[in-house]
Amino acid sequence: MVTIKELPKEEYLLKGHAACAGCGPAISLRLLFKALGNKVFLVVPACCTTVIQGPYPYTSFDVPLQNILFESTAAAASGIVAALRQRNLTDITVVGWAGDGGTVDIGIQALSGAAERETDFIYICYDNEAYGNTGMQRSGATPYGAWTTTTPSGKRERKKDMPLIMAAHRIPYVATACPSYPIDFINKLRKAKEIKGTKYIHILAPCPTGWRYDTGKTVEMGRLAVQTGLWALFEIEYGKFKLNPPSDRLIDKAKRKLVKEYFALQGRFRNLTEEDVDRMQKWVDDDWEKYRKLASNSTSDFASYGKI
Amino acid sequence: MSVTPKTRKEMPLTPISYPTVGSMGKTGSWRTFRPEIDYSKCTKCTLCWIYCPDAAIMRKEDDSPIIDYDYCKGCGICANECPTKAITMKREEE
Amino acid sequence: MAQMIIDTANHIAGYAAKAARVKVVAAYPITPQTTVVEKIADFVENGEMDAEYIRVESEHSAMVACIGAAAAGVRTFTATSAHGLALMHEALHWASGSRLPIVMTVSNRAMGAPWSIWPDFSDSLSQRDTGWLQFYCADNQEVFDTIIQAYKLCEDERVFLPAMVCLEGFILSHTYMPVKIPDQEKIDNFLPPYKSGWMLDTNRPLSHSNLVSPEWYMEFRYMIQEAMENAKQLIPQIDREYGKHFGFEHGGLVEKYKCEDADLILLTMGTMGSEAKIAIDRLRKEGQKVGSVRVRVFRPFPIEEIEKLAENVQMFTAIDRHISFGMEGFLATEIKASIFNRKDHPLVAGFLAGLGGRDVTFETIEKIAKKSLKWMHDGKVERETEWVDLRK
Repeated sequence: MVTIKELPKEEYLLKGHAACAGCGPAISLRLLFKALGNKVFLVVPACCTTVIQGPYPYTSFDVPLQNILFESTAAAASGIVAALRQRNLTDITVVGWAGDGGTVDIGIQALSGAAERETDFIYICYDNEAYGNTGMQRSGATPYGAWTTTTPSGKRERKKDMPLIMAAHRIPYVATACPSYPIDFINKLRKAKEIKGTKYIHILAPCPTGWRYDTGKTVEMGRLAVQTGLWALFEIEYGKFKLNPPSDRLIDKAKRKLVKEYFALQGRFRNLTEEDVDRMQKWVDDDWEKYRKLASNSTSDFASYGKI
Repeated sequence: MSVTPKTRKEMPLTPISYPTVGSMGKTGSWRTFRPEIDYSKCTKCTLCWIYCPDAAIMRKEDDSPIIDYDYCKGCGICANECPTKAITMKREEE
Repeated sequence: MAQMIIDTANHIAGYAAKAARVKVVAAYPITPQTTVVEKIADFVENGEMDAEYIRVESEHSAMVACIGAAAAGVRTFTATSAHGLALMHEALHWASGSRLPIVMTVSNRAMGAPWSIWPDFSDSLSQRDTGWLQFYCADNQEVFDTIIQAYKLCEDERVFLPAMVCLEGFILSHTYMPVKIPDQEKIDNFLPPYKSGWMLDTNRPLSHSNLVSPEWYMEFRYMIQEAMENAKQLIPQIDREYGKHFGFEHGGLVEKYKCEDADLILLTMGTMGSEAKIAIDRLRKEGQKVGSVRVRVFRPFPIEEIEKLAENVQMFTAIDRHISFGMEGFLATEIKASIFNRKDHPLVAGFLAGLGGRDVTFETIEKIAKKSLKWMHDGKVERETEWVDLRK
């Protein structure tokens, strides 16, 4: 178990980049490199990270990075993985780094295909729950009730459950993470790197610009998401579901903070009625009943290829 | 480091950008508030270092933090997360 | 050992990808391309081809996977038709803007709606603006040869652009013809190992294709045009060099037939070029001074070749297998554009034939020529675009 002080000092996301002040994805990127170092090829579709690089002829990324079309992160990664294998370059980790839009909406086909083909790469969805690059329009990952520029009175549909969709692909590793829990995320990345096959990590990356909260509260927002149970930290490793701390202690509903505490801090939830909040509290409780059942099984809950 | 091409002949055949500190210039100019560290309260926990989205806080040899004000955007995460409240956000003077 | 085989153009494309020592193929099946990928799957699985075949889940992903593989440093290949090509459209732009030497065969097929599986050039000609080189083949031998030539051309540092090698669906894709597959060692001598203008490399980190402001974008586009102009010079050279090595040449940019003293020249693409030769011979027997030109390379457009032919001819007749709705056939337009600024330029007539796979025989072409000759003698075309054998 690594500690923060043991993390390397080298930075591969260079300061002076174009992310908004308080950007959750930017913290996540720094953690990505702390975990994996710079022997990575990054594949980045159209998303906030496209802009974070800064403009030609400069880039803020000190690793090889291929910008690619919005829907094709996993397809480009598939090509890169095959090429590296043909060239016998076995020590480079291929990482797809995509926003929620490029993962759960327009990018889901390529991701599903790559996962079914057991493509050997790590796919990370950094989820700020809207199309950030184009100005905060709703995505399939936007939660119920949230304001976005295309759902000004609040989204009426629920957030797509992408981690479980990926688990259904029988891939050997699925995990959720949050930059507010840096060591947890770093451990998951390092574990994923050692596994063969498709690895999917979904990171909730709070966004002050889209969620309408003070820029200094990004880490706090992520923590609250976990503490209310709205975001659960878990792994599905070779099909076995496991909750990670502190989520493992939140199976007891009494230990979970109420979701209204989270909504109250974000301008995007300003339109929620009491009815909405009650509904969403019930959904969280239902989800946790599901997690409780999954966590209590002694056998694997999902099929998985690549089991040792 | 990246060198800005001066002529077309110096341009690569396809847009290739090289790693550059300050790709967007000195982003410290974005600030309205600046973080200030009271080192007497700092316990060198390095949380501010790990949480800074801009890598604008560096760790010295003894793990104490030092802020690069050329690039700090003044988001306030470091101040919000510091367990001993050693960092306060002060409005930038004009 | 060189071998003589009898096979379909689709299968031959597979042989060519194998001979070119392609390392990554990413492709999705679509009629009438399907047997290309089936052949490649066979080759890879029985070990004849040392490559990886990524069975992607769509054509868009196929092109992007090729882009990824080429950026990561290997020779790539894909194949598609019609709607598959259309689905790749944005990725075609990305590939040429990335200056990656990907080679793709297009088994030409008409676009829908409505569904058609039969050949015309609406699929590939719709992509003429994407910065890809475009070759149009008339027989299976040319398909093999052109694929090998294309890799050599595309990986030349003066070019570094992707290329599509077009062959008409069913007419070539599923038709057996004799083809000579050269000795592998000779092909290796002709085609050096993969080269590209840039690559992802942990020793030299870079971001490829991040945001380019108006301050720089135009110059990158100019460079693509420059590469096209270079390709125009290199294509005939490579074709001749290939001919010296392997005994087959296909005319470079354009394949001319009996044009030296022609008053009327028919211009065609693809297999119509072969049919045209028969029509020309029959008309010549009747004493008509006619010739034909098969435009082998549509991009870059062989402007100078057309200009040279325009010097001694009274009329060009373009036979198009595709129309740009609201305007005319592409070949007709581009021929007119090539010669427009000349003080005296020949008449140009445009004929549309063979759309949706309607058969174009030498008899059809003879009819087109005879009508053209009448207009030529009248000194003017009856109409800009004539639809051939259209139901009343």
